Amino acid sequence: MKILVSIKRVVDYQIRPRPAQDGLDVELTNVKMSINPFDENAVEGAVRLKEAGVASEVVVVAVGTAANQDVLRHALAMGADRAILIETPAVVQPLTAAKYLQAIVQREAPDLVLTGKQAIDDDAAETAQMLAGLLNWPQAMFASSIQLADGRATVVREIDGGQETLSLQLPAVISVDLRLNEPRFIKLPALMMAKKKPIETLPAADFSVSAPVLTVLQIAEPPARKPGKILNNVAELVAALRAEKVLP
Amino acid sequence: MSVLVIAELDSHGIKAATRSAICAASQLGEDVHLLVTGNDVAGIALEATKIAGVSKVLHADALAYAHGLAENLAPLLVQLAVNYSALVAAATSFGKNVLPRAAALLDVAMVSEVIQIINATTFVRPMYAGNINATVVAPAGLRILTIRPTVFEAVAATGGAAALETLTATAESGQTTWLSRDLVQLDRPELATARVVISGGRSLGSAEGFKSTLTPLADVLGAAIGATRAAVDAGMAPNDSQVGQTGTVVAPELYMAFGVSGAAQHVGGIKDSKVIVAVNIDADAPIFQVADYGLVADLFTVIPELEAALKAE
Ligand SMILES: Cc1cc2nc3c(=O)[nH]c(=O)nc-3n(C[C@H](O)[C@H](O)[C@H](O)COP(=O)(O)OP(=O)(O)OC[C@H]3O[C@@H](n4cnc5c(N)ncnc54)[C@H](O)[C@@H]3O)c2cc1C
Repeated sequence: MKILVSIKRVVDYQIRPRPAQDGLDVELTNVKMSINPFDENAVEGAVRLKEAGVASEVVVVAVGTAANQDVLRHALAMGADRAILIETPAVVQPLTAAKYLQAIVQREAPDLVLTGKQAIDDDAAETAQMLAGLLNWPQAMFASSIQLADGRATVVREIDGGQETLSLQLPAVISVDLRLNEPRFIKLPALMMAKKKPIETLPAADFSVSAPVLTVLQIAEPPARKPGKILNNVAELVAALRAEKVLP
Repeated sequence: MSVLVIAELDSHGIKAATRSAICAASQLGEDVHLLVTGNDVAGIALEATKIAGVSKVLHADALAYAHGLAENLAPLLVQLAVNYSALVAAATSFGKNVLPRAAALLDVAMVSEVIQIINATTFVRPMYAGNINATVVAPAGLRILTIRPTVFEAVAATGGAAALETLTATAESGQTTWLSRDLVQLDRPELATARVVISGGRSLGSAEGFKSTLTPLADVLGAAIGATRAAVDAGMAPNDSQVGQTGTVVAPELYMAFGVSGAAQHVGGIKDSKVIVAVNIDADAPIFQVADYGLVADLFTVIPELEAALKAE
């Protein structure tokens, strides 16, 4: 069983992004970038399936600029076997990413594609579903548990107000929630070993991918809330909430 | 042409979030139709003809639609899309699951989690946990949107008089079998739509502490109970109570955060609340930057006092 994991390089979750001067993107110069946290859970999930003897190979793939080498190395250090970078001149939108991934899936023929449920930059949560649609494969989104047996995946997924369990015929696309696992801490020897693992770079021009895109008119901070007040005690708080008419 | 809203059903009928999607769809300036899918839902479809602002209800009934599987619904949306200028659903776990799959099949760059409709092709959506708003233009032609239900007011469930049309169902994909659904039994209001939400962070210490501290106050306020991710991960609160970027986005009249530090991922999910109250022992906690009213105090003394004060009134 081969697992393909799609990952994205994003502004680190601890950084507060600011709009860039031109107002068309966020400021990315000298900003710490990391693997998208949800994608890290996907890599961890795949590597654990390999360690459990369920999967035989874990291939990670990123669609993006040459800078993605660092997050691919990170995934290799976590235990992925090899990496593929589809090198694009700039960050791509979900439908475009899904089409490149479709091409890689056709080449690699994995039994399962895993990825994060959303990327914390655009927060779109679209790519996995789009890929499943393009491939006409079954999908399970926002997974918190995945079990593989007899050519099927049993997936518990997080839904509003609870959870739901699905059984999918493989091959399938699964997007994962943070709840799936706790990604491992990478130790130095693993990092050294990852340097020897291959990263194959494929220029975007090798693929005949075209997709409609959204045009960005403006990237801005949302209007700030009006400044608040620090109160001295519960009596003042109750009075303030009464005045706001928000108490039942 | 018209706009098609994809309805989401629960055991009570059409969800309130769908009526928010109808409100958003009506801002596109065309007739709004509503698609009701499910197994044996003719009664709900008939009821839906009364929803304000809908001119036609399309009803597709099949076992394959019973659990809202994207694999079965996306082909139906593809078939219907030729007659519509936009497909709209609420950005719930249902809408987020189904619409992107349909968008890929229709080769449309969709717009997710829309919080403002500027005109029929220009939309505002949040990014980076709500730290950034992006204004984007979708290509002309079919538009596919999910809208954030907390920012569009639900249209009335009654007062309309839509036509009803029954559709032939598309075939079942057979790829996915739905096994079960565990919904947390709610003896209090639903988090996403509650008028008052009180939330606790990991400082509540344990599942027992979380429950025994927050429940009595929630009862007095008729509030839903939310939690930070740290509290959920520590096993203090159920998964579905997580509020924030990657949990439920809320916008109640009153949001009270007890022992919540105010990480961007949490704040991104509460910013549209009318009044935010924060109780935290740390005067420098970032939650105070978004709070309308703050108490720099121990939550374990504030909560019983507050409960007593409210009961005394
Ligand atoms: C990709 C990603 C997505 C995430 N999504 C979410 C999300 O959707 N929602 C979410 O909530 N988090 C999310 N997080 C986690 C988030 O970054 C924070 O770690 C989390 O919100 C912190 O929870 P907390 O406030 O309970 O804990 P802490 O940050 O540890 O804060 C505890 C607070 O309690 C206060 N305190 C302690 N004792 C008391 C007392 N007795 N009385 C009063 N105050 C007290 C402390 O001063 C402190 O401010 C996400 C993180 C990542 C990486």
